[in-house]
Amino acid sequence: MQIYLPIAEVSVNAFLLLGLGGLVGILSGMFGVGGGFLMTPLLFFIGIPPAVAVATEANQIVASSFSGVLAHFKRKTVDLKMGGVLLIGGLVGAAIGVQVFAALTAIGQVDLLVRLCYVVFLGIIGGLMFIESLNAIRRARSAGGVVPPKRRQRGWIDALPFKMRFRTSGLYISVIPPLIVGLFVGVLAAIMGVGGGFIMVPAMIYLLGMPTKVVVGTSLFQIIFVTGFATLMHATTNFTVDMVLAVLLLVGGVVGAQIGARIGTRLKAEQLRILLAIMVLAVCGKLAFDLLVMPSELYSLGAGAGH
Amino acid sequence: MRALLIAATLFLGLPALAETVVAGLSRDAINITANFEGSEILIFGAVSRDAPAPDGDLEVIITVEGPSLPVAVRRKDRRFGIWVNTDVVEVDAAPSFYAVATTSAFDEVITQTEDLRHQVSIPNAIRAVGIGVEDGESFTSALIRIRERGDLYQTIEGGVTLRNETLFDTSIQLPANLVEGDYRTRIFLTRGGNVIDVYEQDIAVRKVGLERFIYNLAHDRPLVYGILSLVIAIAAGWLASAVFRYIRT
Repeated sequence: MQIYLPIAEVSVNAFLLLGLGGLVGILSGMFGVGGGFLMTPLLFFIGIPPAVAVATEANQIVASSFSGVLAHFKRKTVDLKMGGVLLIGGLVGAAIGVQVFAALTAIGQVDLLVRLCYVVFLGIIGGLMFIESLNAIRRARSAGGVVPPKRRQRGWIDALPFKMRFRTSGLYISVIPPLIVGLFVGVLAAIMGVGGGFIMVPAMIYLLGMPTKVVVGTSLFQIIFVTGFATLMHATTNFTVDMVLAVLLLVGGVVGAQIGARIGTRLKAEQLRILLAIMVLAVCGKLAFDLLVMPSELYSLGAGAGH
Repeated sequence: MRALLIAATLFLGLPALAETVVAGLSRDAINITANFEGSEILIFGAVSRDAPAPDGDLEVIITVEGPSLPVAVRRKDRRFGIWVNTDVVEVDAAPSFYAVATTSAFDEVITQTEDLRHQVSIPNAIRAVGIGVEDGESFTSALIRIRERGDLYQTIEGGVTLRNETLFDTSIQLPANLVEGDYRTRIFLTRGGNVIDVYEQDIAVRKVGLERFIYNLAHDRPLVYGILSLVIAIAAGWLASAVFRYIRT
């Protein structure tokens, strides 16, 4: 069934969008990522104008993250205090990121930068997670199925001031690292047009030392606000949020997120991490491939500035 | 007989009066609704004559042209091992849709001079002045190639049927991804490659109903629209969660 999207001004198959939304929603619920890093390139691929895809995707992530976070609230796996600290950093970062994005658009290489950002960050994060979770699984095997709880190393992070107790995460650390993580992810999220979950989740696990179970819910919690902020910014400045497209994607997305959250609870933390790592690496590989191999069409069309 | 011939030559001197187009369109408005899947328009008409048909082949060219917008055409090149956009050409105005249908091969129906004057063929319908790059033409031809692939630009040679040098008709297929605006329809009458009459009519392509409402809301009240989008998102997220909880218990 074809549907004409009023803002994107293209006609697309409604079932295709529902399916895409559902698929990405499942991943979102499983891993606590918004799924934007998968959905945004997919939307480009089916012919949605990039500006509309990025803005509408932000809106859809709000829905799937909200649906997912409710499931996590039920299980009390959301660290509200940590989420709040990350969010403060995230909103400031998103505001900076929007400015950086505007500056790069003026230079005219924003497309390349976004792609390179994707390849570099997806590559690093995916690679690190893959190696780490592979080691964890191997350790679990050799130790007869029980992973010895690893003590967090006391390093420079613990020496920072403004310590705060995060009960849900079982952490007593300075607020500076989460603020910086939030800020950094906020900047990247605005530039790359995603919620930033795929950076946030590993950052929380490896930099802040939060338990994996809490990470997913907390990440979703703060993504809702960052992407909600981005949706409003896009709607009021660029008029590029397509409500019809968003509804189609989010109907599939929220259902998928619920299913994903259920699947997520049945998997072991290491398995969850290695699956996310493989997915991140796959997207990274595809994007890198596109940059390295000669494209079949060297020319591309974009909206002109006019004279 | 000789007097008649002289009269005919005199008429040729004032060609616009000799033969004119009387035309009609199957529809003068296209409504874009939620399930819009493209549209076909029939364009038909007749040639009205005050005098017997003069010599030379009578041909008909029909064009349908969507609103023109500036387009940035970018070309990728290999830099440091990766393919990046290097050169860009700003085309001042390129129609978002352009179809040209003719009675026979394009170079037979109109001379180059007339084509330039009336901007009939696709390359002439695109306005690209002052291109800074050396091979600017490869950019405009890329623009045409990409749009032709998406059926946004169409050249239909022999697509117009002409009967008894009087009645003509054609049909133009409009794709689903139409831009809103007035689509200018032109009918050219040519004899020996020279344009002897032009008829013009606009087809209004408009969003209607829900499409219209959403589009207007997004542009007139962006904050309300943005908040509404968020409310829908939150509500859908909550609803899905509630439904799944209900199923589980």
